[in-house]
Amino acid sequence: MLGFKEIKNGLLVSLWFVFLTFPLMVVKVDPVERIVSWRWENSIYVAIGTFVIYCVVKIIMQHRTGNAAVEKEAEQEKESIIHRVLASPKQKYTLIALLLAVAIAFPQFSSSYQTNVMTTALMYVVLGLGLNIVVGMAGLLDLGYVAFYAVGAYTYALLNHHFDLGFWAVLPIGGGMAAIFGILLGFMIVTIFIVNRLQDSRLGRAWIALREDEIACQAMGIDKRRTKLVAFALGAFWAGIIGVVFAAKTTFINPASFTFLESAIILAIVVLGGMGSIVGVILGALILILLPEYLRALSEYRMLAFGAILVAMMVFRPRGLISNIRRTYHSDKKFHPPIQH
Amino acid sequence: MATPILQISGLTMDFGGIRALNRLDLDVHAGEIVALIGPNGAGKTTFFNCLTGIYTPTAGEILLTPPGSARSVSLKGLKPNQVTEKGLARTFQNIRLFSQMTVLENVMIGRHCRTKAFILGAVFRNAATRREEREIVEMSYAILDKVGLAHLANEFARNLPYGAQRRLEIARALATEPFLLLLDEPAAGMNPQETQDLDRLIKEISTDGHSILLIEHDMKLVMSLSDRIFVMDYGKKIAQGKPAEIRSNPAVIKAYLGEDVDA
Ligand SMILES: Nc1ncnc2c1ncn2[C@@H]1O[C@H](COP(=O)(O)OP(=O)(O)OP(=O)(O)O)[C@@H](O)[C@H]1O
Ligand SMILES: [Mg+2]
Repeated sequence: MLGFKEIKNGLLVSLWFVFLTFPLMVVKVDPVERIVSWRWENSIYVAIGTFVIYCVVKIIMQHRTGNAAVEKEAEQEKESIIHRVLASPKQKYTLIALLLAVAIAFPQFSSSYQTNVMTTALMYVVLGLGLNIVVGMAGLLDLGYVAFYAVGAYTYALLNHHFDLGFWAVLPIGGGMAAIFGILLGFMIVTIFIVNRLQDSRLGRAWIALREDEIACQAMGIDKRRTKLVAFALGAFWAGIIGVVFAAKTTFINPASFTFLESAIILAIVVLGGMGSIVGVILGALILILLPEYLRALSEYRMLAFGAILVAMMVFRPRGLISNIRRTYHSDKKFHPPIQH
Repeated sequence: MATPILQISGLTMDFGGIRALNRLDLDVHAGEIVALIGPNGAGKTTFFNCLTGIYTPTAGEILLTPPGSARSVSLKGLKPNQVTEKGLARTFQNIRLFSQMTVLENVMIGRHCRTKAFILGAVFRNAATRREEREIVEMSYAILDKVGLAHLANEFARNLPYGAQRRLEIARALATEPFLLLLDEPAAGMNPQETQDLDRLIKEISTDGHSILLIEHDMKLVMSLSDRIFVMDYGKKIAQGKPAEIRSNPAVIKAYLGEDVDA
């Protein structure tokens, strides 16, 4: 159980949180009536809530270190189930096919609002997969990613406006959301396929090596600049294409759609999912895009919840939801047994 | 005598006010094992960094002549990857493996500069790409087998014991097909048994036709391996010669071995 020291720390942490949330929780300014109301009872709730969470986390952590060995084994077991599925191509493709089936059936049975939300989520999956090449695999920090997204969107918009390019133009009106959804879905599958293949290729290995150690990588004969440029270019390519889809979907764009926040969210998707992991990025995109959408009921607090989830992730799974697995290779030749001493 | 495969003259490297290398001359002939020794901070690692393009030397010339070739190329101003393409590969004193990749993949990275597949090859996996990948895997396995790590091929590099990590560094360098291999303190942190295995491994690599330039503090290993030894102190060469000559050279004893006597 918790000792005196933990309880003291818990109280201090609670006080600190009361202080931090004071302007948000206690002070309420009513600009119409021009009065300030003080909701002191809220600070008590914050204190109690923080203290309880702190104690629960501490107890869980104690429990964990107590049963470290058992826990570790259990964790490995848990990891290995998802990893086993991912490692075997057959099971992986079954999983992806299953997701596909659900996704295709989805627009048939749901409202256009739902389809719209899912379309947005899919867009972010592809954006995430594109940025994953740059950030996750090659380890380059790319905060201007959204610029390429904007380039794609504006290219489409301008071409459409001046030359009246037909196909996409009629898409939003005619086929509507479902068509865009379907095309996006197909596009996502192609992206997954390509990223998956890149990951285990000569180029993909070079990116990962570059992420791990630039100097060693160059000393092994890899052209740093060229390899980085290719990663940037490929990432930008996907952003551009999704930009086109975005413009077609909304039929209206302005610079407000392409802010730094957008870049930050896509980056968060890659980091949350687990840098370099394809399944991780898909999960990350679904969570980060769908969660705020379905948390709309809590509208004012959803950014708070969003932040809390990210912080919790950094604390409990700093390597992301899905840790990376590497492909293994085998040889039919016979090798010398290991040297024994 | 034939042209040396590596000929360095007047190599100088300044870091601000510090002269880490001072008009250094050194040569390596085909098939030789040459050792570079000197007290801590003498500038040995700096010398390797200048050679491999990590630093750009302030002055001096570095000429590389592939064995059996009549044409020399200057390494000055080349980027590290270009130096590796020319046939020079190195290991690092402070191990620099790709820790999130498997042991085999670390070696496969070494094949990068000798292979070609690019974006289209990766996506479409045509026959040529598949063949190339197969060759990369087989060759990497063969190299791992040589350094005695084939049974650990699919482990993560970070999970290897220290001595094995050092051997993996050598394997990775060998995968680039160097004719000259630069080893920066390959025995550092190894126990006597591991050092003995390393001694055997380096001799084998030499017999396979690689020339070797080696920085090492373990004198027993240096004396056992080297055909010739260069000694430096404060960025300057203070002696060169056969192991027996170096052992009895007063300047060396004063600069290098004297340390031990004082301690
Ligand atoms: N990047 C750098 N910037 C400034 N000074 C440097 C740099 N690299 C090396 N030096 C200096 O150059 C000198 C030689 O260092 P170097 O690492 O080459 O020695 P070394 O002979 O390899 O020593 P050790 O046996 O300890 O590995 C040292 O005084 C070091 O501080
Ligand atoms: Mg050194």
